Amino acid sequence: MTPHALFTAFSTIVVREVRRFTRIWAQTLLPPAVTMTLYFIIFGNLIGSRIGEMGGFDYMSFIVPGLVMMAVITSSYANVVSSFFSMKFQRSIEELLVSPVPNWVILAGYVTGGMARGLGIGLIVTLLSLAFTRLSIHNLPMMVLTVFLTSALFALGGFINAMLATKFDDISIVPTFVLTPLTYLGGVFYSIDLLPGFWQGVSMANPILYMVNGFRYGILGVSDVNPFVSLGMILVFISLLAFIALRMLERGKGIRH
Amino acid sequence: MTNALEIEGLTKTYGDGFQALKGIDLHVAEGDFFALLGPNGAGKSTTLGIVCSLVNKTAGKVRVFGYDTDTHLSDAKLNLGVVPQEFNFNQFEKVFDIVTTQAGYYGIPLKQASASAEKYLKKLGLWDKRDTPARMLSGGMKRRLMIARALVHEPKLLILDEPTAGVDIELRRSMWTFLEEMNRQGTTIILTTHYLEEAEALCRNIAIIDHGKILRHTSKKALLQQLSLETFVLDTEKPLDSAPELNGFPTRLDAEGALEVEVEKGQGLNQVFVELERRGIKVVSMRTKANRLEELFIRMVEENAAESSKAVEGAA
Repeated sequence: MTPHALFTAFSTIVVREVRRFTRIWAQTLLPPAVTMTLYFIIFGNLIGSRIGEMGGFDYMSFIVPGLVMMAVITSSYANVVSSFFSMKFQRSIEELLVSPVPNWVILAGYVTGGMARGLGIGLIVTLLSLAFTRLSIHNLPMMVLTVFLTSALFALGGFINAMLATKFDDISIVPTFVLTPLTYLGGVFYSIDLLPGFWQGVSMANPILYMVNGFRYGILGVSDVNPFVSLGMILVFISLLAFIALRMLERGKGIRH
Repeated sequence: MTNALEIEGLTKTYGDGFQALKGIDLHVAEGDFFALLGPNGAGKSTTLGIVCSLVNKTAGKVRVFGYDTDTHLSDAKLNLGVVPQEFNFNQFEKVFDIVTTQAGYYGIPLKQASASAEKYLKKLGLWDKRDTPARMLSGGMKRRLMIARALVHEPKLLILDEPTAGVDIELRRSMWTFLEEMNRQGTTIILTTHYLEEAEALCRNIAIIDHGKILRHTSKKALLQQLSLETFVLDTEKPLDSAPELNGFPTRLDAEGALEVEVEKGQGLNQVFVELERRGIKVVSMRTKANRLEELFIRMVEENAAESSKAVEGAA
């Protein structure tokens, strides 16, 4: 295929993905907006006013970057895992398998589709947060880079989950039992300075901590970890997951007999 | 002339050890209308699945218009259109979107894809349904949608796996007419079907596969010449209560009460009419039974089954 044809195939996958999640907006775009608004009201306004400052900022300002990142992570992951698995389930994945689209274009298309939803949700949540607090941006490139790469990473994770899944239960196990706990324990609601030394060490093994703090650094200029280490870690994980996903596509894991 | 499809030594062993294909060789000439026939589980869908990249082969070579699927997969796929046995589109998407999206996967820009989608949706009588979600279509419409989707990138080789399964007679005939027209315009067509009447009506060349082996690979004409018996269906003026005994000609009544007479090669038909005349039976019309291929097919599959069981006994 020519570069132009490859781009057409890539944009076809992305447009199809965007059309899918906007068609079912009440399931994909609305729930995170409602949930995050509740977080802002309950944790930010009601409880936050009693907590006082954290990391040198009022509690509402402190949790906004983490909540935005939480929404981006779960939405990027959920979009790819549910879309790709339902294609497998309905066998419409065969439309792609019989076509000349190379595996890397398939992967890039799905990841970009997941990022479109994740970043779209991130934007919605950020706009909602402005109703509760004022946000200033400390380091725009760091903020943008961190949120884009994190979204790509979790979209890749969703893709691998969908490749491995054989039934619908399999696509909710990772989000429920891995992503949610890691996100809640990843410094969204607190600074790890509050934890005892041992638990600080344990927290450092949580990759989501680096992403939340990298993004928080971009907005507030404070972070529990070095933001450049965060970026480096995200890039390493992206490379690793992209390699695994491409190998699985090449072997037809779960999609070819 | 280049062959549209060449298969050499193709084998497939599934993960559970089942050997679906045992080294088959097959070639289909450009412009041919070809049928791959066989009973359930014979290896038809596995063969086509490998050609279409839906199944990983164990060994062997597949070439589509000379493009080796191991080294030039993308070029091979560009020449290939596939209509699978089961519905495999997103049931929630609109008809037009399904077809144009498929074109996009082949790198066709939206404007060109839309024109091509319109052409085939109109040809297949689905244009009025273009904004309808696929799940709202009838079974016959879904089948036609899969044909439109397979043709949107104008492939030179169209593969259809049981294209008329579950389709009513009227629609089946109209699909035959459509496929014959596609073939006349130069598209090579390969189909698998359970309706041997379909293969007999449409195809020029035929391969019969069973237990992962090709039993016969020849022209339909040559295959039918092997028939030593031909069955004629006679409509009589008055309905018959039972099939009359005709000297030297086995007879029976079909489901509609018409008289079927088996005539061996070399036997004249005159004697049949002499015998009927003698019994006062007047014939008002006559035709040959259409599913001659079915008789041959059943015979070959039965012979193969008998040979296989002999081999098993021998090994034991």
